Amino acid sequence: MEKRVVFRSAWLPYALVAPQIAVTIVFFFWPAVQAGWYSFQLQDAFGERTQFVGLANFAALFNDPNYLHSFKVTALFSVLVAGSGIAISLLLAAMADRVIRGALAYRTLLIWPYAVAPAVAGVLWLFLFAPSIGIVTFALRAVGIQWDWVLQGDQAMALVVIAATWKQISYNFLFFLAGLQSIPKSLIEAAAIDGAGPGRRFWTIVFPLLSPTAFFLLVVNVVYAFFETFGVIDATTQGGPAGATQILVYKVYYDGVKAADLGGSSAQSVILMGIVIALTVVQFRYVERKVQY
Amino acid sequence: MKFTKLAATLAAAMLCASQAHAQIEIQWWHSMTGANNTGVNELATRFNASQKEYKIVPVFKGSYPESMTAAIAAFRAGNPPHILQVFEVGTATMMAAKGAIVPVAKVMADAKEKFDPKEYLPTVTGYYSDSKGNMLSYPFNSSTVVFYVNKDAFKKAGLDGEKAPKTWKEFNAAAEKLKAAGFDCVYTTGWPAWMHIENFSSWHNVPIGTKQNGMNGFDTEFRINSPLHVRHVAMLGDMAKKGLFTYSGRRNEGEARFASGECPMMTSSTGAQGTVSRTAKFAWSVNFIPYHDDVKGAPQNSIIGGASLWVMAKKPAADYKGVAKFFSFLSSPEIQMFWHTSTGYVPITKAAYELTKKSGFYEKNPGYELAVRQLTNKAPTENSKGLRFGNYVQGREVIEEEMESVFAGKKDAKTAMNDAVKRGNDILRKFEAANK
Repeated sequence: MEKRVVFRSAWLPYALVAPQIAVTIVFFFWPAVQAGWYSFQLQDAFGERTQFVGLANFAALFNDPNYLHSFKVTALFSVLVAGSGIAISLLLAAMADRVIRGALAYRTLLIWPYAVAPAVAGVLWLFLFAPSIGIVTFALRAVGIQWDWVLQGDQAMALVVIAATWKQISYNFLFFLAGLQSIPKSLIEAAAIDGAGPGRRFWTIVFPLLSPTAFFLLVVNVVYAFFETFGVIDATTQGGPAGATQILVYKVYYDGVKAADLGGSSAQSVILMGIVIALTVVQFRYVERKVQY
Repeated sequence: MKFTKLAATLAAAMLCASQAHAQIEIQWWHSMTGANNTGVNELATRFNASQKEYKIVPVFKGSYPESMTAAIAAFRAGNPPHILQVFEVGTATMMAAKGAIVPVAKVMADAKEKFDPKEYLPTVTGYYSDSKGNMLSYPFNSSTVVFYVNKDAFKKAGLDGEKAPKTWKEFNAAAEKLKAAGFDCVYTTGWPAWMHIENFSSWHNVPIGTKQNGMNGFDTEFRINSPLHVRHVAMLGDMAKKGLFTYSGRRNEGEARFASGECPMMTSSTGAQGTVSRTAKFAWSVNFIPYHDDVKGAPQNSIIGGASLWVMAKKPAADYKGVAKFFSFLSSPEIQMFWHTSTGYVPITKAAYELTKKSGFYEKNPGYELAVRQLTNKAPTENSKGLRFGNYVQGREVIEEEMESVFAGKKDAKTAMNDAVKRGNDILRKFEAANK
């Protein structure tokens, strides 16, 4: 039996998808094309003089050791954010799934942080970890750790990773929990009867069945780490100290919005766009093969 | 009853609207918060009450970079504000945008408003004038960096609280004693590049860059890797290692640490006095920033920070007369004194300074006068007039990044300052190319 809807009219299907396509063109393709165009230009802040400079903006970027350094920072940052975000939320979801009493309360509390705006999350962690007045700083000092992320790059990185991950855990948690609940209990019970322990049940049954969810979250989290975390960074370290938390998207924002360097900023966003497209392609081509739907 | 009230309100509103229509509205975008914001609104209210033709409308547009970005976007869209407050590091960018701005000297001349640059403090006007001495923007809120001392902490460490260290040598000796007295944080600073590179250079009469610190052309190059600069940054790095200097960040984060009593010495903006006097539970003083006594001619004079008002182009010709009138109003000694005493920014005219002196304000608030004295310590040289570097928003950040790597012990001072010059010059060349 044919399940697809067949349109008899020639124009109706187009009319129905038109709004969606219009939105995509106006808000995604147009800016992307414009960024591409600006990336070949050198412009003063007020746009009075525009010169076509070919690939000069790109050449300048790749000759800048600090820009290349920012790639490494971004790679480390996104692996840490996506990795720890997925791992922690999977653990939390697996635990919350087993809870019977007060399950709703646990779930609600775990989902809450998602409602917090990135900048607010940043400020929150900023206060907790502030070098002189933070509560956590105080505790760390008490156990002999000199906490000073204003100058120590590794600590600054730890701070932004914690803030960015914390923000994303709820989102991941939600998906993992839904994934866990859709796994038929009979499968797990059968395995239990066959004598498989909780760990073995998890890795041989639950985890493979969760793999579509995990894959989806991997893509989403990587994109999150690349693009959406700049609010967290802007509110806390602003890329410092000495560029230790200068991720690519933050530099795009800083150079374009704060320093009014449109050409350089556009060139960076074109590169960033390329990276994320490539990463997503890789994820879909290679990682997805291991996913069992 | 209710109806008549409503009708009356409506009528009043309409009357106001029609009156406002007859007036020329002048948009003023600014970035002043807290007490300074109140001051801005007060200035507008007083000006609007003083005449009927023009109405100044102050609009808060966020932080300095935010309001500048907003104005750039508005200009590109063809509808900029009349007056825009721009922080000092944006000066070169504004100046280069010849089609986007109208020099203040021209605005005043066209409107035939009385305007004599000689009435203003030279360190203030020099910063915002072109090489021929024409004032480009109106110096609105100018501050400088001063040295704060916690007198009680000095006493606790066996030092004389009334005698703040004058030289970096004395400073280090005092720092050692404070450290020995149990202070984990001895010295911290706000605005590290502004204090330790920009003001450091003018205070020791050495150039920050060629071409009179960029005032004489965009083909300038940084000179902050001179032996004196390297020596000073190395000294700070050394102090950081010994626990005598605690870095707090690139903005004014250090101010809270001084005000809370955590760090007994601090260099930061004169603008911190308000916060400190509100929160500090100890006796404190404001002093000249320290200098290296083996440098000939030091101390010279410090330079300003803060912001100036730029007049934007593409507005109806008649509006500019109102802008000129407003600037004349702002320059009057009474208004200057009001602004100076309520915000801590320095007065920009000599008359306003004299008037404040006469009023006896400085006897109760010596810190306010000290800033003026430090700025006018000597007649400014080409090294101490100010600075004008293209895209200095990025440039200053590069300098701060390199300084941070020294304070964290990751680079030695010489490498860091060489890198800062190299990276900074790349930014300057790009700006030069974009503004040819």
